[in-house]
Amino acid sequence: MSKVQLSRIAMARSGDKGEGSNVGLMARSAAAYDFLKVFLTEDVVKAHMHAINSGAVTRYEADNMRVLNFILHDSLGGGGSASLKTDAQGKTHGLALLRLETEVPDDVLAATPEEGMA
Amino acid sequence: MAPKDKVLIANGQGFWGDSILGPVRLVDEGPLDYLTLDYLAEVTLSIMQKLRSRDPSKGYATDFVKLIDRILPTMMQKDIKVIANAGGVNPHACKDALLEVAKKHGITGLKVAVVEGDDILADLDTIMATGEEFKNMDTGAGLGDVRDTVSSANVYLGAFPIAEALDGGAHIVLTGRGTDPGLVLGPMIHEFGWKEDDFDLLAAGTIAGHMVECGAQCTGGNYTDWQTIPDMAMIGYPIIEAQPDGSFCITKHEGTGGRVDVATVTHQLCYEMGDPKNYLGPDCRADFTSVAMAQDGKDRVMVSGAKGMPPTDTLKVSISYHEGWKASGQLTVCGPDALAKAKLCEEIVWKRLTFDGYEYGPDERFSEFVGNGVCHPGMDGGTNPDPCEVVLRMGVRGPDRKKVDRFGPELVPLVTSGPPGVTGFAGGRPKATEVVGFWPALMHKRHLSTRVSVFES
Repeated sequence: MSKVQLSRIAMARSGDKGEGSNVGLMARSAAAYDFLKVFLTEDVVKAHMHAINSGAVTRYEADNMRVLNFILHDSLGGGGSASLKTDAQGKTHGLALLRLETEVPDDVLAATPEEGMA
Repeated sequence: MAPKDKVLIANGQGFWGDSILGPVRLVDEGPLDYLTLDYLAEVTLSIMQKLRSRDPSKGYATDFVKLIDRILPTMMQKDIKVIANAGGVNPHACKDALLEVAKKHGITGLKVAVVEGDDILADLDTIMATGEEFKNMDTGAGLGDVRDTVSSANVYLGAFPIAEALDGGAHIVLTGRGTDPGLVLGPMIHEFGWKEDDFDLLAAGTIAGHMVECGAQCTGGNYTDWQTIPDMAMIGYPIIEAQPDGSFCITKHEGTGGRVDVATVTHQLCYEMGDPKNYLGPDCRADFTSVAMAQDGKDRVMVSGAKGMPPTDTLKVSISYHEGWKASGQLTVCGPDALAKAKLCEEIVWKRLTFDGYEYGPDERFSEFVGNGVCHPGMDGGTNPDPCEVVLRMGVRGPDRKKVDRFGPELVPLVTSGPPGVTGFAGGRPKATEVVGFWPALMHKRHLSTRVSVFES
């Protein structure tokens, strides 16, 4: 096991309008996807993003693209043009999720490229 | 006429405010059949309604007319059709401006089609009288609560009216609110003769449209491994090579910057995706988990296997309403002790306003210390306890315009009556601006009536 940030094994794209943001997390390899499906639960994401999102977290899975898609239901400081936050559209929420540090098995790391997707 | 075996459809404008170089280079630097452009954000239509109420010749995206002025000769020479939601709430005024541009260039026979029916603001009460509540999809509240302050109401139209406009020979199709993927699906329906119950094909076109709807976000923009993207300055915008069987290739013009590979395309497929098995649209529901993506040479990704389902009986409606006022401003505070001094500045502003009788509740006031960690609070690496400088951003909001406006004049005095090292006050006093609330709702399809009309220069 080695302690790494999720950016070592995944990529991300985020943003949305309204009250909540959409955070898509892409595994860099099939091994990384299998690991993330078990490890990265709604509760884990909710705890990591607690200072960004005060609402519920919903997770969807898309096996064909090795994506876990998270909806952070209250993370933009108000819908429409009401938000006063710098990141009113959640553009940086993907990178925030990639900062999460965790122990990842070495065989998963060995099967996962450091750049792009396998 | 037999359908073409391949049609090139590009997106040159991902949002209102995107670079004009995207569409200009798509038209100039390679083969293309259709150029699609998105000019409408969620609250744009409300701004356009206001502009139109002050001047009946306004209320559409004027940037689009400037673009057409620049590309029209090449567009006509290469026979590139253009589809844009630039009509806003006044598509006929936009059409008139385009016909003027054609006249200026000495071009006759330019056909501009106008798609209408999305703007239901004038019919809102009639529709509500039939029992439609326009419940807020986020909160469940009925529209009655804010009906008096509604400033725009637009239905997301599908792709079939766009196809009808192209069937009528249009060179430019102008719409108001429609789905972004519909701009791309419309020409596919027109070229390949897809029908309203060809759900797999309609899903394929919807997925293709979703992949390109944010322009360069599909070709290496806003990409996790940004260091690996070549020549981002000259980034190429995405092009779909569409085929009659619904399979398609995402690519870009040769020689442009950026990259198209499975990873850059997947980044965009995730964007605003929601439930990947059930992506809702007016023409179909698309299953994003059904597609296979494969690299097909340099800067080419093949996408196939899309599955679709019938659409629901309802259409999404985008409603905006007056939700009060807000004002915000910023100052830069340098070190030493930048953060401590910025926090003192914040405290001073609230204290002076309270002294003068203006107190703002926890939900009405806001402050951020940019540089200390505003994007990724509460996580390792997301904060910096001793930044060399901090940008203090402060703001207030609420229903009372006068109270919101009282805030701005207390920010700049910190330069002389606060701690040392406060600067960066350019831009003048923050003033109250309107908060436009966004009210997403559903409406039954039976209330919709669309019209397509074609005009010629």
